Amino acid sequence: MCAMSGGVDSSVAALLLQQAGHEVVGVTMKLWGGDSDTGCCSVSDVDDARRVAQQLGIDHLVFNFGDDFDEHVVAPYIDAHARGVTPNPCIECNRSVKFARLAERADLLGFDAVATGHHANIVPGVDGRFTIERGSDAAKDQSYVVHMLDQTQLARTMFPVGGMQKTDLRALAASIDLRTAAKPDSQDVCFITSTGGRTAFLGDRIPFRPGTVVDADGTRLGEVESVELVTVGQRKGIGLPGGGPKRYVLDVDMASATVTVGSDADLLRDELIVDQMSWVDGPVDGAVLVQCSAHGRALPATIAAAGDASILVRWDEPQRRIAPGQSVVAYDPTNTRVLGGGICC
Amino acid sequence: MWRVTEPAITYLDHAASTPMRAEAVEAMMPYLSELYANPSGSHRFARRARQAVDEARDTVARVVGCHPNEVVFTGCGTESDNMAITGAIARRGGIAVCPAVEHHAVLHVVEHQGDQGRVIGVDAFGRVDLDELAATLDATPDVAIVSVMAVNNEVGTITDIAEVARVVRRHAPDALLHTDAVQSACWLDLSDITPHIDLLSLSAHKFGGPKGVGVLVERGGPKVDPLIIGGGQERERRSGTHNTAGIVAAAVALELTDRERVDENARLSPLRDELVAGLQHRLDGVTETVPGEYKVAGSAHVCIAGIESEALLFLLDEADVCASAASACASGAMEPSHVLAGMGVDRSTALGALRLTLGRTTTAVDVERAVDVIGSSVDQLRRHSTSIAPVGATADAIGSAP
Repeated sequence: MCAMSGGVDSSVAALLLQQAGHEVVGVTMKLWGGDSDTGCCSVSDVDDARRVAQQLGIDHLVFNFGDDFDEHVVAPYIDAHARGVTPNPCIECNRSVKFARLAERADLLGFDAVATGHHANIVPGVDGRFTIERGSDAAKDQSYVVHMLDQTQLARTMFPVGGMQKTDLRALAASIDLRTAAKPDSQDVCFITSTGGRTAFLGDRIPFRPGTVVDADGTRLGEVESVELVTVGQRKGIGLPGGGPKRYVLDVDMASATVTVGSDADLLRDELIVDQMSWVDGPVDGAVLVQCSAHGRALPATIAAAGDASILVRWDEPQRRIAPGQSVVAYDPTNTRVLGGGICC
Repeated sequence: MWRVTEPAITYLDHAASTPMRAEAVEAMMPYLSELYANPSGSHRFARRARQAVDEARDTVARVVGCHPNEVVFTGCGTESDNMAITGAIARRGGIAVCPAVEHHAVLHVVEHQGDQGRVIGVDAFGRVDLDELAATLDATPDVAIVSVMAVNNEVGTITDIAEVARVVRRHAPDALLHTDAVQSACWLDLSDITPHIDLLSLSAHKFGGPKGVGVLVERGGPKVDPLIIGGGQERERRSGTHNTAGIVAAAVALELTDRERVDENARLSPLRDELVAGLQHRLDGVTETVPGEYKVAGSAHVCIAGIESEALLFLLDEADVCASAASACASGAMEPSHVLAGMGVDRSTALGALRLTLGRTTTAVDVERAVDVIGSSVDQLRRHSTSIAPVGATADAIGSAP
């Protein structure tokens, strides 16, 4: 079963599976019933996926996992913002919908594996264990967003395009006239429109509270309209006049609706705690590289267990504070293999 | 010459669309080839096409029980429904009223009216709550139109339109009464319904005709504003060049359907009962959503505990059994049924909804095969499923451990 979003990556994933002789069924998940940039329930994306499947001569189905998406992705996203936490909904979708709900459905229907168009590689070891490696196209690597897969899941998951360069992938799609060949990469959270953005989405769902902006001494510097939209590390849009020293959000206290700001240096931290850890092939400690956003750099650090499913990350060099709710993923020192990941506290 | 059935397929989705009758296909062929003239033209070639449309109109009027001038050919059933409601409000203003289980072609139009729309509850079988309807009509001084479907497309429930009409005429004498009879032609005598209504919608592909042809019956002359304005075809009720071939075929299909209707009801009703009984015998946890005596002979809607119909439909599809669950949204995804929700069926039960609809080509072999395939598919899903409620469990039972 190939999850087909209607983008070029999953289109080519289906093509490669077919070329490799697999019996492929394409599935597009209907996840979001509200507004999106491609129309209600992303109908035009579903159209693209279906048309590609038709071109390939494979069956195409649409599964409605809207309830699961609301429960596991959208509601937690809204709730987290109300708590002053900044989650990564694409990772939650992978964790709870794509590699859980869809994979269970695939299992139930007798499929051997679920394939997606992610740029990451699943590499079998000699001992029957699997590792997740970075996608071959460094600029498109998505190993960060699939870090949560465990051995059982990896044994039944395929990333057919993980070994490809994006330009080759597009050329391959174009060579057989797939209609998605030149389709732009999706950039943002699928349920948030580019016109309304996060502000409009959250504003319709949670009450925004004005917040006071203070410096480290508690001196009042200004105000923000909605404390729910402020993220640790943010510099712009925090209600401060221009011209002064650059100030960053150091902390957001939701209870008192207070945003503390300070200099770049004030934001630096030696360590951070990560919980809800999942490991690709068992817990690891010691020297690793740690990546804190989808396209951020992996930076050297030492990790150590810090209780049940938690780790302490100690940076080799102090780093800017990571916003609570962000996913933190550890890679091996060669920056190739995913070791595990969790959520920044 | 025209093969209209695919022998390998067990087709139990007649409420979605019916196989075209060979006679209808034959009847439309000349108008797809040599008789291509525009029926609105003034030459003899056009007049031949015009005559075909007029004769088709006579046929439809005969079956429906109205005057030919009361028949408007449209592009589909949805257009007919839209024209009835939107057109009524455009012409006279006021409120549109319908029950919660209407087809989206009605329900979404009524909801689209915002403050000018009212949606009425239904009973456990999906029949409009007549007391609530009466109370709403009493409380709403300016009702333009009430729309109540004669046969529900999902669960097959028949609504007594004469009874609805009595309530509407008494409590809102100035309102128009429209019925979506799109699912009725194969099962009910339309001429029994027509005397009670002002407006009635049909769709040709539901009775062995082609897609792309609908009918709106407007009794007593124009009642609503047209939806499509242009060249003034259909006595200025519906502009746009006539779909001559489709209209001719629709009339042929309707006439044959009406002629065979009583016999087909008698033939399919026991087959439908065998199908439901067969499933209940073969599987635990199969509930017939609406008892046979309340619905049309072709409808066998069931809810199967412990499975999700989306998964079941995939396995049925693999085995060449065509069925459906609820209506699909624009993306093609199955939506949770608004019909079952309206009837008070809880969401977890509705997840296992399966709509099997029989029709003219359905045989005992189809029924037997469907029971086999559905039985083994449900077995497979239940055997592997751990994340879904066990058979017989209800939403209340899940997560309410002591």
